[in-house]
Amino acid sequence: MFERLHVMLVKEFLELRRDRWAMVRLIVPLLIQALVFGYAATFTVNHVATVVLDLDRSQASRTLVSHFAANGRFDIVEMAATQQAVTHAIDTGRAVVAIVIHAGFAAKLANGRSAPLAIAVDGTNSNTALIALGYVSLIVARFEAEAMAHGWPVPGETASSGADVPLQERPWFNQGLDDRWFFIPGVIGTLTLIQVVSLTALAVVREREVGTLEQIMVSPIRPFEFILGKTVPFFLIGLGDVVLVTVFGVLWFGIPFVGSPLVMLLGSSLFLLAALGLGLLLSTLARTQQQAFALNFFLVNPFFILSGFAFPIAAMPPVLQWFTLINPLRYFLVVIRAVFLKGVGIDVLWPDLLAMGALGAGMLALSVLRFRKSLD
Amino acid sequence: MNPAVRAEGLSKRFGRFVAVDRLDLSISKGEIVGFIGPNGAGKSTTIRLLCGLLKPTAGRACVAGFDVAREPDAVREHIGYMSQKFSLYPDLTVRENLRFFGGLYRVPRRDIEVRMAQAIAMAGLQGREDALVQTLAGGWKQRLALGCAILHRPPVLFLDEPTSGVEPEARRHFWDLIHQLASEGVTILVSTHYMDEAEYCNRIALIDAGRLVAIGSPGELRRRELGGALFELECSPLGAALVALRQVPEVIDAAIFGDRLHVLLRQPAAAEGLPALLARHGIVAGPPHGITPSLEDVFVQLVSRPHAAVRA
Repeated sequence: MFERLHVMLVKEFLELRRDRWAMVRLIVPLLIQALVFGYAATFTVNHVATVVLDLDRSQASRTLVSHFAANGRFDIVEMAATQQAVTHAIDTGRAVVAIVIHAGFAAKLANGRSAPLAIAVDGTNSNTALIALGYVSLIVARFEAEAMAHGWPVPGETASSGADVPLQERPWFNQGLDDRWFFIPGVIGTLTLIQVVSLTALAVVREREVGTLEQIMVSPIRPFEFILGKTVPFFLIGLGDVVLVTVFGVLWFGIPFVGSPLVMLLGSSLFLLAALGLGLLLSTLARTQQQAFALNFFLVNPFFILSGFAFPIAAMPPVLQWFTLINPLRYFLVVIRAVFLKGVGIDVLWPDLLAMGALGAGMLALSVLRFRKSLD
Repeated sequence: MNPAVRAEGLSKRFGRFVAVDRLDLSISKGEIVGFIGPNGAGKSTTIRLLCGLLKPTAGRACVAGFDVAREPDAVREHIGYMSQKFSLYPDLTVRENLRFFGGLYRVPRRDIEVRMAQAIAMAGLQGREDALVQTLAGGWKQRLALGCAILHRPPVLFLDEPTSGVEPEARRHFWDLIHQLASEGVTILVSTHYMDEAEYCNRIALIDAGRLVAIGSPGELRRRELGGALFELECSPLGAALVALRQVPEVIDAAIFGDRLHVLLRQPAAAEGLPALLARHGIVAGPPHGITPSLEDVFVQLVSRPHAAVRA
């Protein structure tokens, strides 16, 4: 057995070494994607183009506007003179948020009556709109607090100010609520999955296309010897991916890594098992590299979306939540984020590790079973 | 002595398509049997069944004394196989390919160097051991593939159209190697669609639509399978002559070959009367010559017979 496995491995590494661009193809896209994700994939909303229509022109209204201007989240791109100008700015996309301060704002504020303030948000990007609205309410709340301090009675506040319940936000593990801390660990899982699944599937299907697969299957080699020989190199490449992006995330983006590298290694190994199994399974379904590529393309997006990488699983419809249960990426993201940011160990993560192990074993077993049949 | 390859009622269906239909075949040790037939006739499928790459739907086959369906691993140890594509790794060198296939078959360490050197010599690749296979021309690649297929010294060798796409010179060289292996006792089943190559085989198996149509030595097939005597006839016009001849009871078949006719007669004696017979239809004809049929004549004749019965 070891002789055949040995020659399989020698062959794989020789082929990899002969392929001069292999290292470039393996590493460069990985780093570029990590960079892009690190910088671009963020939910933080900054520099929101804002149009202001101040019909009150009072000191209070100017103070409110200056709050928006000083905050940094909002860029005031236009001081409009009419309601039409505001509508136009939103329609043409020049502004995403419109702040309209109606006449009598200061007077009503001074009388302790409800002061009219209208905020319009371009809802075509619901995510940005929602987050921007959150900032708006924060700024308005701060303005109210200041107004009270200045002796302006603020509506509603007079009655409740005595019974004010201070809400203190204290996020754990990511005190700054930095999106990058959330995304970069996720990127490790996502990129590794894409790379390992496609490499494995394409490598096996290429042997099928060239005809060497048939030549190997007519020899006394056992399916598991072939599969082991074929997967060990990609397993090592996958581990290399994980280490590379982890080191990159820690050094370049300053993501903390508080957990145990050993737990990370265990989690990554089990995840890679599942990714290799998936790649092999694809290779038994595809006759040509094009088919393998199409299948891979078809699978990777759902795996990504249904992983909890960006969209919370708890918010998905039940049917899709069930699908996430057979998605190895789902479990790996839990493990990798926990290891990076929380530093928890196997005692907490064992259900996710077990799930990945089971998925990996299941998919590998299925691909071994399908393997001989796939020659028919 | 047990035959090296034996198939009994061997069948393979893919869904509703019958690729191999109740095939019986027996090949003795050291024999070269050629598989001839049109594309899609079932040659490759039969070979892949005998190699254990495919499972038969019905029937059974024994190769080198092992049952293909029940002892596939033992069969694999004892056969060499070369597929239509040259199944070598193009990005590995000559030596690396040989070492890989030697390792797959667990050729003993003490033998591997000697056998690799033999394979390199056989392929005529001395001095190019470290060349990448993708840089070799077709003939060398094909001889190297043969070398890889026999590194473990299999008693039975299956070659599936090994010479397709190779220049004539290299094809002849390849057949010399096959004859040499056969003289050493290796049993060889080789498929080809080159009629001239069929002549190099001890026996020829004609396959059509998944069925074995005829099997025998090239000479036997020529003599026996036509079921009559073949004559060549110069005449004009050809079309009218063809119609007229097909009405004659003594004529089994007539076909146009270039500018003349090939006429198959039940009795050679009937040939003399043909010109007179044609003259009555207003056709001018020269004297008929008896000719030796080519394998192509035999093949065309056999394949055109509806539901041809197997003659062994």
